[in-house]
Amino acid sequence: MSVLIENLARHVAGGKLVLDDVSLHVPDGAFVALVGPSGAGKTTLLRAIAGLDPASSGHVEIDGRAMEGLPPRERNVGFVFQNYALFRHLTVARNISFGLDVRPRTSRPSRAEIDAKVAELLALIQLPDLGDAYPQRLSGGQRQRVALARALATGPRLLLLDEPFGALDPMVRRAVRTWLRDLHDQLGLTTILVTHDQEEALDVADRLVVMQDGRIVQDADGETLDATPATPFVMEFLGETLRFPGVVSDGLFIPADAHVSPFSTNAAEGATEALIRPHEVTLRADAAGGAAKRVGRRGPLERLAVSLGERSVEIERPVEAPPSGPVALEIAQARLFQNGKPAVEGNHPWSDASAVLADVVPEPV
Amino acid sequence: MNALASSPSSDRRSPAEITLIAATYAIVGLMLVLPPVLVFTEALRSGLAAALASITDPDALSAIRLTLEMTAAAVIINTSFGVLAAWLLAKYRFPGRGVLVALIEIPISVSPVVAGLVWLLLFGTQGWWGEALNRIGVTIAFATPGILLATLFVTFPFVTRTLLPLMEQQGRDAEEAATLLGASFWRILWGVTLPEARWALLSGVLLTTARAMGEFGAVSVVSGHIPGLTETMPLHIETLYNGYQSVAAFSMAALLAIMAMATVGMRSLFEARMRREEPRKAETAGGGA
Amino acid sequence: MNLSTTLSPARGSAAPRAKGRRARDPLPGFRLALGATLLWLGLIVVLPLAALAVRPWQEGASAMLAALNDGRMFAALRVSFQSAVIAAILDLPLGLILAWALVRTRLPGRRVIDALIDLPFAIPTAVTGITLATLYSPQGWLGAPLSRLGISVAYSVTGIVAALMFVGLPFIVRSVEPVLRDLPPELEEAATLLGARPWQIVARVLTPVLLPALISGFGLAFARGIGEYGSVIFIAGNQPFRSEIAPLLVVVRLQEFDYAGATSIAFILLVASSACLAAVAMLRKRAARGLVAEGAA
Repeated sequence: MSVLIENLARHVAGGKLVLDDVSLHVPDGAFVALVGPSGAGKTTLLRAIAGLDPASSGHVEIDGRAMEGLPPRERNVGFVFQNYALFRHLTVARNISFGLDVRPRTSRPSRAEIDAKVAELLALIQLPDLGDAYPQRLSGGQRQRVALARALATGPRLLLLDEPFGALDPMVRRAVRTWLRDLHDQLGLTTILVTHDQEEALDVADRLVVMQDGRIVQDADGETLDATPATPFVMEFLGETLRFPGVVSDGLFIPADAHVSPFSTNAAEGATEALIRPHEVTLRADAAGGAAKRVGRRGPLERLAVSLGERSVEIERPVEAPPSGPVALEIAQARLFQNGKPAVEGNHPWSDASAVLADVVPEPV
Repeated sequence: MNALASSPSSDRRSPAEITLIAATYAIVGLMLVLPPVLVFTEALRSGLAAALASITDPDALSAIRLTLEMTAAAVIINTSFGVLAAWLLAKYRFPGRGVLVALIEIPISVSPVVAGLVWLLLFGTQGWWGEALNRIGVTIAFATPGILLATLFVTFPFVTRTLLPLMEQQGRDAEEAATLLGASFWRILWGVTLPEARWALLSGVLLTTARAMGEFGAVSVVSGHIPGLTETMPLHIETLYNGYQSVAAFSMAALLAIMAMATVGMRSLFEARMRREEPRKAETAGGGA
Repeated sequence: MNLSTTLSPARGSAAPRAKGRRARDPLPGFRLALGATLLWLGLIVVLPLAALAVRPWQEGASAMLAALNDGRMFAALRVSFQSAVIAAILDLPLGLILAWALVRTRLPGRRVIDALIDLPFAIPTAVTGITLATLYSPQGWLGAPLSRLGISVAYSVTGIVAALMFVGLPFIVRSVEPVLRDLPPELEEAATLLGARPWQIVARVLTPVLLPALISGFGLAFARGIGEYGSVIFIAGNQPFRSEIAPLLVVVRLQEFDYAGATSIAFILLVASSACLAAVAMLRKRAARGLVAEGAA
């Protein structure tokens, strides 16, 4: 089931735009994650697709069918709420069969068929013996799976998940995540998931839609996002980021910090910022450089705090012998931004994922 | 140690605490225990047989029947509409909502006689429509329809008021989940919202029942006091008392008090039950995080 | 049936793209519930109250003025307001003692007493009326000893106050009790450690904290008191100008077919009790805000 969203906007009381001209296409069979900080409009967009939050303007299409004026109950989308919204006066089995039980008599499956469907779904969510339990008795992970089974019972091809892992403890999270991905592939679903946890999104989804302040900032797979983030925000949202302010002059990026080597670039002249991941640097012994000391270690990686005069930054590298003296930083690869926009051709958010990092050629000293 | 509050570590009550407890017993005894004791003493003054005889007298029986009928009708009507109003006010935000909430609360602050008077202004002989309706053979004032209207007015807010806080607290998630699964409005109301609010609903219904049975002032104004026809139990009590039939009056009063207190007692039980069942939100989100 | 299905899917897909379309709530039932609520509210509450508001003016301003220029009415209103104020004031210390005993002492029989406090809410007013009249009559269980002391309660303003005290007591207790329960005992202990005497604790520490609850309970008891009818009329004696309460005068005027007179008294009663309850609601809101701010600080 494909989803097409065109120029969707939603105002709330007070005129605030919670969705600002959002366009998005999710092809059949895709697993897409909407990510962004809280208040970015992810949940609102998800609810707009389900018909729970009506849009002020714009267009939503599911499988080529316009959704305007179609109430949620006729859209046949599976929706899993952040807090699961299980009916606590109904057993697990009756929760799962609810969507079938409420059908008019003419289109309702027989009791036996419904029971068979419930048994099948209970087996699918690996809770075959809990049909008669009430939701209160279940753990968070179990409730989550029941909510999912309930959403799947009516056979929707589109599954919408609002922070489905939010209330789970970290141990359960990873297992549920893998299971969910398998389920998606096995049932041939189209899945849209909302999360504020970028790692979770990178793990489970094919594609990430990064949102900020009601807008889609970038829509790409994880690799592209990392290689060519559309804005510094995307870069920072996806992981730890070191920012180096500086200027581009005569084909050289000249950092403002002390003890950081300049490098060549084809970016336009002017104030520029280089953003890197903590591991995208090398250290070079430099008598005039700054002090470096190990501040932590995890597995084969160590973290070093490097003094850059005014400030210090923490970098990451494979564990090796500590530097014997002062060092300078050499940036291995960087994403350059000018006025918050990518500074280098080919470093554009909407370009193909084949775009590569702005290669950095260290200037011979 | 504190003179005003008992300290959990000490087994002995301080003089201040003993004084306070004594004062409490005195107040409760004089103000709250004596009246019900007196009701039953007066009712049984001439023995149980006389008391029973006075409440099985034809006029008494007719008063009991009228009270039960009026109560049942008022409870059914006000519960049906009260549930819809609570749904509206709890699940939606719309302009004018605050006005509706305020209007629903009004009958609580209205004096019972005013609650009766307003119906005479509409349907009394000098009322706006009383005479016109009379001509086509419809009598509302000084007849049972008037009694029902007065009872409806007096018991108007209770169901909505008890349901509203709980239904607001429940939020809309379960209802949204149900509508996404294809449930219709009635199905959501009956199958999702009300089962989860059942104790509050029951409590509101019982409060409505207790007030409807015991209403005196409003009903007195519109009833016309025709024994055997338009006298409810409270009105019959008044008639008997003013006719110096003390035993009969107190027998009827004892019966009415038992009915009302049983209703209210049941309500306290259900409310305790309601408090034990945590609200929906706390529970479903309770997984952690 | 369901109102939100009025737009069929076919028409929905043919409809022009949403532009300036009024967003409808996705939860079905809004129009049905709104319609039912407006109908019910309109018929049972708004229509009769509109009659109450309009009726006094119907016979012209002069009739209204004539109705207002009535000494018996003012006397009745004075009796009602005075008795309600006195009863509510007398209930304050009694209610405070009961609330205190319930919250802060190991009271033997706590649950029974807790239930008894709601008794005046539960007992029908007519039952209360004849019971109190008998209890305080010169031969009654309380009336006889009091009359030997020279105090006559029944058939006077004192009787009215006694009845209103009974009716109003639970309002005070139930207003103060939750506030007292949320009040940490450490507050009193801290004051004691700082050298305060019990009466100083009451005056300087507790009264300021409990004041909103006391005022709120007072307001509720007073609002109930000025409109109270059934529990009062049997004990009041109902002498015009002396022990006749305003609600009774409404009934008397109705029996005289003086609708203008009855309506003007009713109108004053309604405005007074509504204003009183609105003030209580405002006070509660403010107190709640104050508490929130305190908790956040």
